[in-house]
Amino acid sequence: MRFRLNAVIGGLLMTLLLATALLSTVWTPFNPLGVALRARLQAPSALHWLGTDEVGRDVVSRLMAGAGTSCLVALLTVAVAVTLGTAIGLVAGFARGWTDRLLMLVNDALLAFPGILLALGLLAVLGASQWGIVAALGLAYAPTVARIVRGSVLSIREREFVEASRAIGNSELYTLWRHVLPGTASPLIVLATSMFGWAILAESALSFLGLGVPPPAPTWGNMLAAARPYLETATWLSLSPGACIALALLGVNMLGDALRDRLDPRGRPQ
Amino acid sequence: MSMTLDRPAAASLAPLLAVEGLRVQAGNNVAVADVSFSVAPGEILALVGESGSGKTATGRAILGLLPPGLERSAGRIRLGEEDLTAIPPARLRQLRGGAIGMVFQEPMVSLNPAMTIGKQLGEALALHSDLSAAELHAAKIAMLKRVQIPDPEGCLRAYPHEFSGGMRQRIMLAAVMLPKPRLLIADEPTTALDNLVQAEILDLMVELARDNGTAVLLVTHNLGLVARYADRALVMQQGRVVEEGPARRLLTAPREAYTRLLVEAMPQRSPRPPRPVGETLLEARGLVVDYPGRARLFRRAAAKRAVQGVDLAIARGETVALVGGSGSGKTTLGRAMLRLVQPSGGQLFFNGADITTRKDGPYREFRLACQIVFQDPYSSLDPRMRVGEIVAEPLRHEPGLSGAQRAARVAETFEAVGLPGMDQRLPHQLSGGQRQRVAIARAIVRRPALVVADEPVSALDMTVQKQILALIRQLQAERGFACLFISHDLGAVAEVADRVVVLQQGRIVEQGSRDAIFDTPQHPYTRALLDATPRID
Repeated sequence: MRFRLNAVIGGLLMTLLLATALLSTVWTPFNPLGVALRARLQAPSALHWLGTDEVGRDVVSRLMAGAGTSCLVALLTVAVAVTLGTAIGLVAGFARGWTDRLLMLVNDALLAFPGILLALGLLAVLGASQWGIVAALGLAYAPTVARIVRGSVLSIREREFVEASRAIGNSELYTLWRHVLPGTASPLIVLATSMFGWAILAESALSFLGLGVPPPAPTWGNMLAAARPYLETATWLSLSPGACIALALLGVNMLGDALRDRLDPRGRPQ
Repeated sequence: MSMTLDRPAAASLAPLLAVEGLRVQAGNNVAVADVSFSVAPGEILALVGESGSGKTATGRAILGLLPPGLERSAGRIRLGEEDLTAIPPARLRQLRGGAIGMVFQEPMVSLNPAMTIGKQLGEALALHSDLSAAELHAAKIAMLKRVQIPDPEGCLRAYPHEFSGGMRQRIMLAAVMLPKPRLLIADEPTTALDNLVQAEILDLMVELARDNGTAVLLVTHNLGLVARYADRALVMQQGRVVEEGPARRLLTAPREAYTRLLVEAMPQRSPRPPRPVGETLLEARGLVVDYPGRARLFRRAAAKRAVQGVDLAIARGETVALVGGSGSGKTTLGRAMLRLVQPSGGQLFFNGADITTRKDGPYREFRLACQIVFQDPYSSLDPRMRVGEIVAEPLRHEPGLSGAQRAARVAETFEAVGLPGMDQRLPHQLSGGQRQRVAIARAIVRRPALVVADEPVSALDMTVQKQILALIRQLQAERGFACLFISHDLGAVAEVADRVVVLQQGRIVEQGSRDAIFDTPQHPYTRALLDATPRID
């Protein structure tokens, strides 16, 4: 029943997250950007459930708006990394020979470079914006995906059902698409879910360094960064975005596990 | 044949091993139900059964080595005076590898790849005796000589991957027999090996057992091995003992229906009228296949020639068997005839057209008309597709079929292979035999002219082998496709082949009609293959 539990809790958390993100585009309790200097650093109360920040903005409203930005950035980052990495990994693993060696040489060089440093460099060129983050983090994470995909492809391509596909007259491209690609899904889904987590964290780190989504637009990352000077006087400012990040990661990881179990037909009940 | 069936019965002595009312359960499922038997000192007892019969669980229960999930819930196991079910775990560990030795099926995984042979050989002996280092070394060398390993000194320093499967199984045998155990439990010790090597290893095992007075519990699915090596046999089915008795009596005059079924599943050569030879369908002339050497740091190792200039023609509707031991190049030749491996020399003709290097026209026709059935039905079916989709896939390349016609063709093919209405299953929901039927269905759904069957039954149980061979014969009679049947098992070959081609080291050493090869083999290699084939006679 473990697998059901994963699906239920993970599904609930992710639904909540997406619903909040969607809701924030039409309604939030207060204007997330509305400055009220007289109401700054208020503790949680009936009016401001999670208090207000250093310039008097409502934390609940900012968390809701931040859910949208953080999730969008993380999702797009994962999408870019998976698409790019899968393409590279598939081609390298299936073509082998020189193509493989060349692609993996570049890939390994990128892997040897710390992801966050690579993103920093790229952002310095691209400029700080949410699209810059997506491009930079996507590119930084793609080599990991390429490695994983290439590994699975190398083992799957030796299986006899791939040879069988050739024997019945299928083209290489069709074989790759129909028989090899689906087999790479399970390790990839697990990787993609943890990457979603890394992306949220990396976004907050970049925001902290001033290279993330520029203020005043809220993201969980820059809220956490902004709350740091008030850690002792207004603890709630750090706790709430931190808890949001943790819950989002928990949800996406549980959903990832459930998806993997579901996608692997051998795990399916008879 | 080096062994005879009737050896003096040793059963009059007090039993070495006595198993009484053994019961093994996995939760509420009973894997072994009330099994009782005994083994006399020096006796060879065979535990025979198909997959799921509980024979392996029985063997493992004796050593207290049941895999997780399985548990002994009742029964007593006595070795001599000791009750193995009541002694402390420390004492049981002492017996394992000392008084009781064991050999497992997979020689590739039962030796530790990270330890030298010398270290592994010494392990058990050092644990169970107090020999000095020099004595230990001498004992190891003597034993390696005994199992005919060339250069024993060098072998001690080598690692397992430097040896072939057969050599590794010899080394395993040496390691197990070194402490001179009183009982040897051998669980399918040669199933992964070809017949030639199998015979060598088992002959050696029996000799060593006799030297040391070791009793052997031989767990196997192969009745031919029982006939050749065992004194007594126990037939198991679904966890129960069906029949027990002297090996010869059991095989020649089985009393129970299930034993009879097993005996009848042994491949037989039934008379087969010579068929008129049709026109040539596929022909190889001087076919050569090289495997590129491994890429080293700065250069490439020399290429390995797997097939060295083979001429082979297959006529319409004919069944040609390609036989040879492992490494003879038979699988590579089969793949090359289908151009799944590109030949590096020679020519291939399909219906008279040269298709050696073409990619269009006649080659396309050839690609669609020639199909293959692989050895391992577990890896030849895409685990993510329903078997109905798997069988329908070749029809993508059949132009002008409507969806309904396609579905009808798939249903009809499932019917033909004896799996009506199973198309919605996933491969892992089917048994090995059923999977192989799906693989056959995929090969014949497009009504091919030729099917290459690469060891199609060697991964299956004996009774299932029989059914699959019968299915292939029947489908061939109905549909008239030719078949290139690749096998190391001459028993299976005798059942299906019209013509036999013997391959050794990538060359054809002998070929002829089935009866000519079986009755009057000319080449020594053919004779060796025939002698190594397990059979009852």
